Amino acid sequence: MSQNVMTGAEMVLKALVDQGVDTVFGYPGGAVLPIYDALYQQEDIKHVLVRQEGGAAHAAEGYARSTGKVGVLLVTSGPGATNAVTGLTDALMDSIPLVCLTGQVPTHLIGNDAFQEADTVGITRPCTKHNWLVKDIKDLPRILHEAFYVARSGRPGPVVVDLPKDIQLTTGVYTPPANVQHKSYRPQVKGDLNKIRQAVDMIAAAKKPIFYTGGGVVNSGPQASQLLRELVRMTGYPITSTLMGLGAYPASDKQWLGMLGMHGTFEANHAMHDCDLMVCVGARFDDRITGRVNAFSPNSKKIHIDIDPSSINKNVRVDLPIIGDCGHVLEDMIKVWKSKQLRPDRAALEAWWQQIDEWRARDCLRYRPSNEIIKPQYAIQRLHALTKGPNTYITTEVGQHQMWAAQFIGFEEPNRWMTSGGLGTMGYGLPAAIGVQMAHPDALVVDVAGEASIMMNIQELATAIQYRLPVKIFILNNQYMGMVRQWQELLHGNRYSESYMHALPDFVKLAEAFGAVGLRCDKPDALDDTINEMVSIKRPVLVDCMVDQKENCFPMVPSGAAHNEMILGPEDEAHRDISAEGMALV
Amino acid sequence: MEPIRSHTIAVLVDNEAGVLARVIGLFSGRGYNIDSLTVAKVEDSRNLSRITVVTSGTEMVIEQIKAQLDRLVPVHKVQDLTIDGPSLERELALVKVVSTGEKRVEALRLADAFRARVLDSTAQSFVFELTGATSKIDAFIDLMRGLGLAELSRTGVVAIQRGAGSL
Repeated sequence: MSQNVMTGAEMVLKALVDQGVDTVFGYPGGAVLPIYDALYQQEDIKHVLVRQEGGAAHAAEGYARSTGKVGVLLVTSGPGATNAVTGLTDALMDSIPLVCLTGQVPTHLIGNDAFQEADTVGITRPCTKHNWLVKDIKDLPRILHEAFYVARSGRPGPVVVDLPKDIQLTTGVYTPPANVQHKSYRPQVKGDLNKIRQAVDMIAAAKKPIFYTGGGVVNSGPQASQLLRELVRMTGYPITSTLMGLGAYPASDKQWLGMLGMHGTFEANHAMHDCDLMVCVGARFDDRITGRVNAFSPNSKKIHIDIDPSSINKNVRVDLPIIGDCGHVLEDMIKVWKSKQLRPDRAALEAWWQQIDEWRARDCLRYRPSNEIIKPQYAIQRLHALTKGPNTYITTEVGQHQMWAAQFIGFEEPNRWMTSGGLGTMGYGLPAAIGVQMAHPDALVVDVAGEASIMMNIQELATAIQYRLPVKIFILNNQYMGMVRQWQELLHGNRYSESYMHALPDFVKLAEAFGAVGLRCDKPDALDDTINEMVSIKRPVLVDCMVDQKENCFPMVPSGAAHNEMILGPEDEAHRDISAEGMALV
Repeated sequence: MEPIRSHTIAVLVDNEAGVLARVIGLFSGRGYNIDSLTVAKVEDSRNLSRITVVTSGTEMVIEQIKAQLDRLVPVHKVQDLTIDGPSLERELALVKVVSTGEKRVEALRLADAFRARVLDSTAQSFVFELTGATSKIDAFIDLMRGLGLAELSRTGVVAIQRGAGSL
């Protein structure tokens, strides 16, 4: 018994160890000093000192996405907590399991506008899956274990545990995690077998089917990706995926159509539009995917597999919803398919593939190559060619470079691709890369960045230096907020309002100032050497890759348009008028 | 356009700090309507509260509201009383009427017809207590407007399913 008597601060660390945590990203401050003191006196948990709490949140996200484990961050009250809010919202949108421990002013001062006080549970209520303010040491162990359970169960997401300083200093009795059922939160993981049978019959009968998969497959674990591959290959059907789902199905496979959506491939979007059966696995029909909702895949039956019942019929009405974990449902589908000895309609499938091959022949990702100037697409293609492998992890910031990375980097495995999808958070990539590198010390981790995004969390380069994390930052520098400029060209008469990046730093010197290596490249024929040099240096390296300033990201489903109304390139663009409704969309 | 309908939804939640804020925040954050909302502790032993919310929306929106409520961690059960068989809905109102002479007599006569109770009276005023369906309370209030209606306090709707079934 006596060994279970400890302070609240010690309980926090004990609970982390019992929950299998080895790394915490954080930043100290007055209201978490007792926890930092306990951290100092133990060796089980590594702490990574970030340079701003926002970095801690994204680093924890990178750690979580690349390992499938819960990411943990520890920040102080007030500004510590509010700085973490963007990362929490990001994790909520992309279903990333995080436990965020925040310090709080002592309980007797709560509500007094004390120094560094903020209503953390109030502020984070809408951007977490759940949150707790611990007011009694007796509740602390239960809440800590519950926090991990809620973060990783069902549709994963971020949670906050707000810890007043007096609770951290109070002594109480620690209880280890127990296998008790949660009193109210018990997500359904097994799908309804009758519905699964019905779904399999629909799949077998389809003439123009498509699998449309998302981040749910990755979140379900590597097993789900294996099962997805098995089912897709058994059927011989085409498959596309959202930005979040890349890697669940190998990009080198012939059944792979590439990403779908606003900057997805021509063949994926047209197949979605024309299909007669859509099998959505762990994706949520968001507006970047559907385009104009009333024109979205008008003639298809839709099956939707999702662990979150609130995703069903949210944006698009589906014909057959199956609530459950992708892995479990896919496993049952394969069993049913095998036991019924089903065969797809060969003739119909052949005609469907013929149609898809015609769309493929449009070669929608083509761009005009150049010997003079580095095309951003070419830079990504070379980066991929020279770095690909199972031990390479890619993170991104947000913007054109992110879409080019999604289009041109072929992912073969899940958990290798970390990007801010739902929230679209510039500044995500560098801290995320740090989180990935902490989890995979021997991996090659590259943050594909833009010169605008990287400035949002550049301070984290110091973190990489401190912990000797050899992350690579590959900046496609076009001296514009490229995606903003692209939309200004498309919608606002080329009026580049505040999208030109004046006063950029010398990135090479900046890298050197931090103690990293800086490389610059502005000629296509020097690109390979630069990338090879970047990879060979076992330290943090920043590559300032000067690319074509005017290049835009295509193909594109303009806002308010349907999947079959894609713009293929600049020549195409002039002929498209955007509707007033489309203008208002983001 | 899908038709917009009113639904009465009962939600059984843990009686803990912030749970009402979660429910209200969900409605405001996602742009759903709240036409009426009541909350009170209903089970001491399990420390549960019951929230009754009257909301309106298309079928798709109502379906969303229920799914969104159900995934809140402290929510135990969500029941759509409008869909799940016949249910009873009641509201209580306290109505203050200030008037003299003929109007005062008429107010008292109507209150009697509506089976309102007189909780308080002075030479110039009455406070009536009235229980019933929202429509009955609305009708009574409309009548009182011309008779010196001075102040109004309503509980909002509480509702329960008819028959032996329970939440």
